Parts: sequence; C-alpha cells; structure tokens
Amino acid sequence: MSGIFEYNGGSIVGMKGKNCIAMACDRRFGQQMSTITTNYQKVFKIQDNILLALSGLNTDIHTFYALMEKEINLYNLKENRKMKPTTFANLVASALYERRFGPFFVTPIVAGLENGKPILATYDSIGCKSDLDDFQVGGTGGNYIYGACEAFFKPDMSPEELEEVIGQSLVSGCDRDALSGWGGVVYVLTEQKLTVKILKTKQT
Amino acid sequence: MQYLDNYLQSKGGYDYTNVKRNELMKAQGFKEMPFTKTGTTIVGVLFDGGVVMAADTRATAGSIVADKNCEKLHVLAPNIWAAGAGTAADLHHQCAHFNAKLKLQRLNLNRQSRVNEVITKLTSKLFPYRGNIGVALIIGGIDCNGPQLASVSPHGNYVYHPFQSMGSGSLAALGILEAKFQDGLTKQQAIDLAIEAIEAGIFHDMGSGSNVDVVAITKDGADYKRNIRQYNAKSYQRQIPYDFPINNTPALRKYQFDIEKQELTEVGQEMEIIE
Repeated sequence: MSGIFEYNGGSIVGMKGKNCIAMACDRRFGQQMSTITTNYQKVFKIQDNILLALSGLNTDIHTFYALMEKEINLYNLKENRKMKPTTFANLVASALYERRFGPFFVTPIVAGLENGKPILATYDSIGCKSDLDDFQVGGTGGNYIYGACEAFFKPDMSPEELEEVIGQSLVSGCDRDALSGWGGVVYVLTEQKLTVKILKTKQT
Repeated sequence: MQYLDNYLQSKGGYDYTNVKRNELMKAQGFKEMPFTKTGTTIVGVLFDGGVVMAADTRATAGSIVADKNCEKLHVLAPNIWAAGAGTAADLHHQCAHFNAKLKLQRLNLNRQSRVNEVITKLTSKLFPYRGNIGVALIIGGIDCNGPQLASVSPHGNYVYHPFQSMGSGSLAALGILEAKFQDGLTKQQAIDLAIEAIEAGIFHDMGSGSNVDVVAITKDGADYKRNIRQYNAKSYQRQIPYDFPINNTPALRKYQFDIEKQELTEVGQEMEIIE
C-alpha cells in the first residue's frame, strides 16, 4: 500500500501566458496498478473564465468539484453576478482549510482570467495557496512535469505556443510516471474562447 | 438557526466529517502526502526604537521545494507583524484570521492593537488544539508600551526575548544572533544582523533557502522589503530557447467553446454541437 495520493494516479499542470492561461491533465483512472478507464475528467470549467484542475484520490476529486460547483452556483444566485477568479482561488483555500483535520485528498490548481490578466494558484491538501509562479503542477507525475516545465517554459507566450508547451510538458512528464498517462487533454482559455484539445499519446 | 451557528462556532470553524474515513484509510496502511511546510529560518531582533523581523522564502513538501518564493512575513496589524514557521496552510489561515479579528477589535474600541493582546489571543487559541495547529510564530510590534518581540510555539507557549529565531534553521541563526547581538542597536545594524542570521539559516539548513524578506517596524510604520537579498537566482539561461512549431502536437479531437456566443464547435469537422 503506497500513499493515498498514489492510489488512483493522475497528473495536472497549469501555465500562464500572455493574457491567456492553459491547463492540462492526463486521462487515466486506475486502482493502484490496474487501469479502470482512460477518459476520466480532471479539469472542470467552473465559470466561463475559471478552470479548476484536481488531482489525487478520485472520489475526493469528484466530491470537491461538486462542492465548488455548489458554492459558485449559490454565489451566482445570491449575488446575481459572476465570481472573480481571485475570489474563487481564496474560496478553494478556505474550503480546504475548513477540513484541516480531516482533509480532502486532492491537490487543486485554479486558473482564470481576471480583466484579461491570468491568475494561477495551486494548493496542498489543506489549503496553503501558492500563486506566485508562472506554472504549477500536481499529481503523481507532478515532479517529472516540473522538470519539463522549467526547461520549456517562457514568459508571455501566445495561446498557440502555450498550447504546444503545456502539451509537451504534460506528455514528457507522464511518460516517466507509471500511474499517469493514457491520453492528455489541453485546455487553453483566452478572453474570447476556450479550446479543448485531446492529445494522442503513448497508449501505455 | 441560531443554535447551528453557535454549534459551528464551538467547533472553531473546522469541519470534521472526513476524519473517520481518513482514519480508516490510515489503518489500512495508506500514507498521507506531506503538507507544505515552511522548513524556514525566521528571526526577530529588537533595536532602539523598534523591531526588525526577517525570514527566508522556501516552502517544502517533503523533500521537494513547493514554493521557491513564498511570503512568511504576515501583517497582523499596521504595527504588528508575524513571522511564521511550521505548516504553511495553518500559518496563512491563522494569520489571516487574526488580522481580521484584530481589525474588528480596532474598529470596535478605536484603539491601536497591542502585542500582548495578540500573544494572549494566539496562545488561547493554540493550546486547546494541543499543538495540532502547526504554527510557530515570532510576533514583533510596537505599541504604547514600546517595541516588543515574542515567540509562540505550536502548543501555546510564549517567550519574550530581545532576539528570537524559529524554524528548522533556527539553530544556525541563533549562533549568529548570540555572537553579534547587543542592546541599543541602530535600525540599520539590526537589519544587517537579521539578514546575516537568515543567511546562516539559508546556507546551512536544507529546509530554508532562496531569498530574504525583511520588515522593520518603528512608530512611523512598517518598512517591508520583499526579497532584499537573492541568493538562488537562475544564473543559466538557455541560449537557444525551445520553440515548438504551432499545431505540432498530434491531436485526436479539438473543440472550441466561444464565450460570447456560448457555442461549442468541433474544430476541423463540419458538424456543429451547440450546448
């Protein structure tokens, strides 16, 4: 039995570009060494300008996403306006810290565009927000993707370039991790549109 | 639903619904991922007319550097700052909570916050949790009783002393402080001493690194210098950066969601899927 975070596997990565942000995840859902399915969704569109990527124990990914959906829907109904990405980033931190002594086993990444400015934040499982870097990773393959990101990343990339760089970083990292892979999905968010690209990767 | 609010208040704002499940998982042999800790070196030095606090900027998760440039100096009040070591999430949220609590009290009483007030509130909160809230803080500030410096341990113990250091690098920093501290330092001497102490922590302790942040608090206000020293700047830049050709990564499918029109289309296909 390894760690709780290694039970299901999976990797996520987020990157900032010039007035755009990108998020990528693998598609594997496993139970330790077995692969159950290869189309598990780990990046969720919370709002037109906010993406939430989750990695860790898949049951908690699902529960935490449902909790955040509920929060943002209630917010929209009560306040009659959209939630800002920085507000949502703080909401995720508070929701995680609320369960300080019985945490959700997830490491989220929040990405959004606020007035055209990219916002990117990552958290440990109890809500320590870290939003200073230009790229963030999470999941079992996270450390390998860190290496690829440090090499490939350039500041202020265009959406097309960002899509390439994040895709390559994800695939390079997941190739070295047995518990991640089986496909990749890249989301690139700009003010005008969200593009979703399903990558062709090694089928192992 | 007043009783519900009171009940939640008594639990300290924490939600314990996952605890049983998590304990069962641990009993089955699963290991938790380490929380982001601030390995840390933090110091505080009292000088003639104020207090200086300094910290490094590395946050670790196990042996990985989770954040190369995190902020460990937190504002509790305009005249009181806290430097924190321990579990990063606890530090961030507790300091934010106390900041708000002190502000409310200042608005109610129309008086400046005092250092001993912060210490009392903090230790009263930490003690019932028996050290499970992992915050080790150095509190420094200046109020009507003059400049004061204290350190608070996660179990709720506090100590007032003219110089303090906490964190995994505290022993390295304490060596510098014990050797070079004197009463009646000037502001610049105190800043230099604090930076030197953090430097010792950064180079000798693996849990501390990157840059030094300093804040000097006097009755004129707090002078915060973020990244006053940088030891780990990236010295190597690739001469020829990686330039990936556009649309090079092979894709199985590609979708596009137009935000203004709220329309989902599949790129490269004639078929249109409207949600």
